[in-house]
Amino acid sequence: MSDKSWPLWEVFIRTRNGLAHRHVGSVHAVDATMALHAARDTYTRRGEGLSVWVVPSNAITASDPADKDMMFEPTASKIYRHPTFYDIPDDVGHM
Amino acid sequence: MTETPLFQYTLRLADTALILGHRLSEWVGHSPVIEEDLAFGNMGLDLIGQARALYTYAGAIEAKGRDEDALAYLRDAGDYRNLLLVEQPNGDFAATMVRQLLYAAFAHPYFEALSGSKDETLAAIAAKAAKEMAYHVRHAAEWTIRLGDGTDESHARAQDALDELWPYTGEMFEADQVERALIDTGIAVDPAPLRALWSKSIEDVLAEATLARPRDGHMQSGGRSGRHSEHLGHILSELQFLQRAYPGATW
Repeated sequence: MSDKSWPLWEVFIRTRNGLAHRHVGSVHAVDATMALHAARDTYTRRGEGLSVWVVPSNAITASDPADKDMMFEPTASKIYRHPTFYDIPDDVGHM
Repeated sequence: MTETPLFQYTLRLADTALILGHRLSEWVGHSPVIEEDLAFGNMGLDLIGQARALYTYAGAIEAKGRDEDALAYLRDAGDYRNLLLVEQPNGDFAATMVRQLLYAAFAHPYFEALSGSKDETLAAIAAKAAKEMAYHVRHAAEWTIRLGDGTDESHARAQDALDELWPYTGEMFEADQVERALIDTGIAVDPAPLRALWSKSIEDVLAEATLARPRDGHMQSGGRSGRHSEHLGHILSELQFLQRAYPGATW
């Protein structure tokens, strides 16, 4: 038996129509078809899903946590980007 | 003979589902990877769910006060009517997957047909079971393909399992007098016409798996009339232990 471990896949599930797929975890599987089975068997046991995506983990390009300051710090001071400074007329109601 | 054909028929379906469900449950905690552990648990629970619905209905037909637990836990091996195929030992991973494929590829079209039964309760149970068995077919087929068309060792193990289990497949397509009467009245499914469909779906998988279809030789039979292999007694000794040792125990 080979000791080589199976590739890792990231699992995304859409819970209800109209909502986007959300990352729920990962599974090991030999290929895409089996990854879909594993995702179904691992993450939809309580009726969570209507649609499942699996993506090879190594296909994801991620930001480096060490770049956190450069990547995300500059936005902290730009509070004007949050649409919280507008007066909403009462007639508009709940937005 | 006080048992009605409908009671016997429902009990046969229930016993097959329970025993195979129990067999799959034996893998839980022992699977090669956690993903398959969950897959076996899921498939086992599908089958045990089918068994529960069928036992409950059988108890209602019999009308002697036996509920699903009484039928599952308080009958001895000779009273069980499951197919011999499903009581065969799990063996290795390949043997369990091949057994699951051989049964599910039969059960899926069988339950689809039964969902058109004139008996509304059986039809409803079958409609739910058909969807469950469709996934079992797909999962077991994908694994069989990968094992057969995998390494030399996985191929050899899958072929051994196929050769070993093949003689138990003929029983699925038998219909005795009990079933014949129900088939004629549109309640039970005649399994014989499903054989060509089953053969085709099995052969398609085997071709992709580079596995050889065994020849149809002598077929084992007897589960429907209570003549079982030695394995069933061992299954029941574990499955029934709690209710035998602590009658009426609940949790």
